[in-house]
Amino acid sequence: MNANNTMQFALYLGVLLLLVKPLGAYMAAVYEGRAMRAQRILGSFERAIYRVCGIKAEEDMGWRAYAVAFMLFNLLGALAVYALQRLQDVLPFNPQKMTAVSPDSSFNTAVSFATNTNWQGYGGESTMSYLTQMLGLTVQNFVSAAVGMAVLIAVIRGFTRRQASGIGNFWVDTVRGTLYILLPLSLVLALALVSQGVVQTFKPYQNVPLIEKVSYDDPVKNADGSPKMDAQNKPVTQKVEVTEQTIAVGPAASQIAIKQLGTNGGGFFNANSAHPLENPTPLSNFLEMLAILLIPASLCYTFGKMVDDTRQGWAVLAAMTTIFVVLTVVTIGAEQSGNPQLSALGVDQTSSLTQPGGNMEGKEARFGIANSAIWSTVTTAASNGSVNAMHDSFTPLGGMMPMWLMQLGEVVFGGVGSGLYGMLVFAIIAVFVAGLMVGRTPEYLGKKIEAHEMKMASLVILIPCFFVLVGTAIAVLVEPGKAGIANPGAHGFSEILYAFSSAGNNNGSAFAGLSANTPFYNIALGIEMLVSRYWLAIPVLAIAAALAAKRSVPVGNGTLSTHTPLFVALLIGTVVVVGALTFIPALALGPIVEHLIMLGK
Amino acid sequence: MLTHFRPALSLLLVMTAITGAAYPALVTGIAQGLMPNQANGSMIDSSGKPGGKVQGSRLIGQPFSDPKHFWGRPSATSPYAYNAGASSGSNQGPTNKALTDAVSDRIKALRDADPGNPAPVPVDLVTASASGLDPHISPAAAAYQVRRIARERKLDPARVAELVTAATEQRQWGVMGEPRVNVLQLNLALDGLH
Repeated sequence: MNANNTMQFALYLGVLLLLVKPLGAYMAAVYEGRAMRAQRILGSFERAIYRVCGIKAEEDMGWRAYAVAFMLFNLLGALAVYALQRLQDVLPFNPQKMTAVSPDSSFNTAVSFATNTNWQGYGGESTMSYLTQMLGLTVQNFVSAAVGMAVLIAVIRGFTRRQASGIGNFWVDTVRGTLYILLPLSLVLALALVSQGVVQTFKPYQNVPLIEKVSYDDPVKNADGSPKMDAQNKPVTQKVEVTEQTIAVGPAASQIAIKQLGTNGGGFFNANSAHPLENPTPLSNFLEMLAILLIPASLCYTFGKMVDDTRQGWAVLAAMTTIFVVLTVVTIGAEQSGNPQLSALGVDQTSSLTQPGGNMEGKEARFGIANSAIWSTVTTAASNGSVNAMHDSFTPLGGMMPMWLMQLGEVVFGGVGSGLYGMLVFAIIAVFVAGLMVGRTPEYLGKKIEAHEMKMASLVILIPCFFVLVGTAIAVLVEPGKAGIANPGAHGFSEILYAFSSAGNNNGSAFAGLSANTPFYNIALGIEMLVSRYWLAIPVLAIAAALAAKRSVPVGNGTLSTHTPLFVALLIGTVVVVGALTFIPALALGPIVEHLIMLGK
Repeated sequence: MLTHFRPALSLLLVMTAITGAAYPALVTGIAQGLMPNQANGSMIDSSGKPGGKVQGSRLIGQPFSDPKHFWGRPSATSPYAYNAGASSGSNQGPTNKALTDAVSDRIKALRDADPGNPAPVPVDLVTASASGLDPHISPAAAAYQVRRIARERKLDPARVAELVTAATEQRQWGVMGEPRVNVLQLNLALDGLH
C-alpha cells in the first residue's frame, strides 16, 4: 500500500467510526419511541399511517406473528415488483418504451429486491422503465432495509426482555425505520449526490453529437429474426454509422441514495456505481462508500445502547472492523501489484504521481486502485453488492477477498439489521464454544444459551454454506450452468462460485462476465436468495423469542465477559474458522489456482 | 394470517406512495430547481462549459481514434465503444488470453500512431474502464500522447502540455480519488485552437 492508498483508507475508516455513536444513539431512541425531536415533526404522520393501515401500534407480537407479518409484507412487495415489470410496457413513465421483462427475469428481480439482495441479471438502462425503477425497485430498497432492521431490533429485545412473550410490533418497527432513519438520510444523500453530477430527471435519454463518428458491423436479420447467412455460412453484416451518443438518464440520485444506505446495491444503470452518472466524482464515491457501512456499523452502537451496556456493541464492532481492515489491506495490495501478464507486454503499472498504476482493467480513472479496492470489500462486507469496478477483472487474490467476505455469511457489518443479527448468532456460537472449553452453561448478555438456541444458531450458520456449495456444484455439472461462463479455466469456476456466494448471502454483486440472465440462473439464484433471507430470519426470530421468555441470570465469577479483547478475538476466530473450513476447498479450485497460474506464466 | 393481510397490503401501498412517488418527486423538484445542469447529465458546449449548444456530457466519455485527438480509455460497450445507452465493462479475467490479446492490439495501435515513442504505455490507456464510459485518463496517459498530438497538429509540445494541465483535475479536497484528465474537454479545447 502506498501513502495515498493508506491515507484514503484511514480517512474513510475514521469518518465512519466517528459517525457510529451519534447515529447509533439516535436509532436506539427511534426504536424505543423516544426520539422526541423527530417525533414532533413526523409523529402525527406516523400515527396517521397506523390509522390508515389498521395497525394496532401498542400490540406486542410473538415471534410467529412477527415472522408471518414479515413474510407476508415481503411477499406482497415481491408480487408488486413482478407485476410492475411484466406490465411496464402499458404503464406510464416509460419514455424509452421498454418492453415487458421476461417472466424468469421478473421473478429473479422481484425476489432479489424484496430480499435486500439486489442481484441484477438485467441491465438497468436497457430494461427498466422509470416507473418500475421508482414504484418497484426504490420502494423495495426502502422496505427491505427497514424490515431487516426490524428483525434485528426484535432480536435485541430478546436479550433485554425477561420472561416476556412478545418481541415487539413488526409494523411499528418497519414504519419507524423507514420514516425516521432511512428517508431523512436518503434525502440528504440524494441531494449531495446530485451536486456532484448524479442525474435526477424524468426526461427521456439525451442525444448529443459525437465529435468523431464511429461505425460498427450490425448483423442482418431475416424476417423471422434469425441471423442472415451468406453463401459461406457466415453472418451477413451491414455497416452502421453512429453520429450521436444517446446518454441514459433518469431519476437516479433518489434511488442510489437508498441503494447504498439500505445495503441494497441494485444499480440504476448496468455498470452500477462505476457509471459516471451514478458516481461521478471521488467525493460522491466517498459518500456512497460511507453510506454503505454507515447504518450496519452504527447499529452495533444501537445494540449496545438497547442492552444497556455499550461495551457489548463496541466489542462486536471491533470484531467486524478487524476482519474488514485485514481483508481490505490484502485487496488493495493485490490490485496495486497489477497483472504480471501485462507487464510482459510493456505496460507501465507502477504507481506514480501521475497515474495510479496497478490492475486498471475494469476500473475507472477517477477511482484508481485504492477506491476501487476499498469499495469492493465495503460492498461485500456489507451485503450491499453495488460495484464501482468490475470484480470479474480483479486479480485472483483481489477478487477472492470480496468473495470470501460474502461467504463468511455477511456478518462483517453485513446488511442493515441482517448483518448484526447474523453476527449475534456467531456470538452465541462463540460463547457456546467457550462454555464447552470450561464445562459451564454458556450465557450471553445474561441469558442462558441452551439446546434450542444452539440448534437454531446452527441452522442459521449452516444453511447458506450448504446452499452456496451445492448450488455451485449443480451449476458446474449441468449444461445451462456452464453455458454462462465468460472466462476460461479456473476463473470460470470462480464466476459461478461468486454468483452463488452472492445470491446465497443476499449480497448481489457479481463476477459480471457470467451470463446470468437465463432461465437456469434466474431461477436457481432466485431460490438461493429466498432461502438465505427467510430461512435465516425465521430461526433468528425463534431465538429472539426463546431468549425473551427466559429469566436473566446474574453475572457471577464464572461468567465469560463478552466485551473484552479476549472475546473479540474469540468471535473473530469463530467467524473466520467457520468461513475458512467451509470454503477454502472451493476457493482453492478457483482464485487460488488462478493466482498460481498468473504468477507461473 | 388474515389479520396481517390488511396492514401488509395497505402499508405497502402507503410506502409506495411515500418512498416510490413522493420521495423521488421531491428530490427531482429540488435538484431541478437548484442544480439543473448536474441533474440533467452535466451537459457542456464546445467551450467545455455548460450553457450553449450541447456538445456532450462532461461526465460521459466519447470514442476517439483520430491521431489528432487524445484517446480515452478503451471501452467494452457494445455494439460500439462509448455507447452511453448500455454501460458495461469487459469482465475479462486477469489470465484470460482475450485480455492480453486486446491489450497487445491497443499497444500496437498506439505505437503505430506514434512511431519511435520510447516510453512504456501507461496501464489505463490500454485497459477497458468499468463503465465503458470513463470520461478520464490519468495524467500519465495524457502525457504519453502529447508528442503525437503536437506532431499531428504541428503545435509546440509545450502548448499541448499546457492544455493537458488545464484539463487536469487534482484529487478532490487534496486526498480523495486520483488526479485525472477529462478527455472530451481536452479535445474540445484542442479543436478550439484552430
